Amino acid sequence: MDLVRFASRYLLLLSALLAFRASNAQEIRVAAAADLQFALNELAARYEKQTGTKIDVSYGSSGNFFAQIQNGAPFDLLLSADIEYPRKLEAAGLAEPGTLYEYAIGRIVIWMPADARVDLAKLGWKVLLEPGVEKIAVANPEHAPYGRAAVVALRNAGIYEQVRAKLVYGENIAQAAEFVSSRNAQAGILALSLANSPRMRDGKRWEIPANMHEPIAQGAIILKSAKDKQGARDFLAFLKSGAGRKILDSYGFILPASAAAGAANQ
Amino acid sequence: MNIEALQLSIRLAFCVSAILFVVGLPLAYWLVYSRWRWKFLLEAIVALPLVLPPTVLGFYMLLAMGPRGALGKLWQAAFGHGLAFTFPGLVIASVLYSLPFAVQPLVASFETVDRKLLDASAVLGAGPIRTFLHVILPLSIPGIVTALVLSFAHTLGEFGVVLMVGGNLAGVTRTVSIDIYDRVQSLDYASASRTSLLLLVISFVVLAAVYGINRRALRRAWLPWAAK
Repeated sequence: MDLVRFASRYLLLLSALLAFRASNAQEIRVAAAADLQFALNELAARYEKQTGTKIDVSYGSSGNFFAQIQNGAPFDLLLSADIEYPRKLEAAGLAEPGTLYEYAIGRIVIWMPADARVDLAKLGWKVLLEPGVEKIAVANPEHAPYGRAAVVALRNAGIYEQVRAKLVYGENIAQAAEFVSSRNAQAGILALSLANSPRMRDGKRWEIPANMHEPIAQGAIILKSAKDKQGARDFLAFLKSGAGRKILDSYGFILPASAAAGAANQ
Repeated sequence: MNIEALQLSIRLAFCVSAILFVVGLPLAYWLVYSRWRWKFLLEAIVALPLVLPPTVLGFYMLLAMGPRGALGKLWQAAFGHGLAFTFPGLVIASVLYSLPFAVQPLVASFETVDRKLLDASAVLGAGPIRTFLHVILPLSIPGIVTALVLSFAHTLGEFGVVLMVGGNLAGVTRTVSIDIYDRVQSLDYASASRTSLLLLVISFVVLAAVYGINRRALRRAWLPWAAK
């Protein structure tokens, strides 16, 4: 008897919660790459203030999101650090055709804590060969675009074989940043957008020349399963707008030239 | 399928269950027979990994192993390098993470030993250590087997803590669960499902074997309420 009463109360509470969620429809669910962690928070806050639409962001790795979206994850918009994933979703018919947009190109930097006793600006690559640098954090090159770029850049700099034993792999670029920030690694090859975040802004950094690796092209796409397609389109348009681009730019993303043309047309 | 990762996981699980066996026996003994009034606090601490998310444990371990953490400083002084991203670091984290899986079956098992036997042993002149080795231990074999197997299996399936402190180094910290995660991330679902299936089979066989062998005795030790 008690159990029945408890169960019915529970169900009542549950349905009330569900009803509350359903009525609160002005909400765009975004799956976003870890390198957007801080830039997108600012973008979302700005957008919410302007329009009243809530942006609900899940950060993670693009490969995970890809697998989840294939299996029906309820996202409206995917912002992937690797444009290949949205391309694949489009090809598989899981995305709205024609909505693929290259919103930015990522950059990588060598980052060290502020109190590291080296002249990073002068040493550049060579800092990684210092004996004091025992571990170098990078994102996993097997699936994270920033990790791939880091390894390619190390190869092009001709020091990959020398530093290979020092590399430790973060599950995504944010975890790699956390490894250095917690000082378990002495240096990291990180996304510039994370190096520009409040917590890491004070650290030392050396920007890796963009010609050392292929561009880390980031892609956005609206998903077929999106509940609020128009809302997702509006938010995407905000990313393409001057205000959106300005925020991305301030975190160190390179804005693609084609997008500039697109924004100019709007 | 990644054999290296599987071997690493098995090696890790062996090390962790061996350490937990050595640490778990005296700890469980103390938990059962101590009359210290604050004992319940230690019981709660031992059980913590059961309810704490692995991320919490992993996060604390990462801080503790860093150059500013106590563990990291100690290790640095002794061995000249940090503890994070190393196999010993993984072992330490896993020992903490699997602690209740070793200690709780031992405690449950020791508790079922009839106190009259202990009294008899004492009356016949045996000291506590002799009583432990010759009376308590032989009567607790099922609990010991359960403790060993559960800590082994739990370490084999560990993911969150390894992800937090491992750094994904092939042959050092890339365990089989991390490898499966990597394969899924790389969209290599075929390889992920092969390794997953193997892990499922291994886990099932190990557990089934132990439950089969210890069927009756196990019920008493691990599920004392079910034996009545």
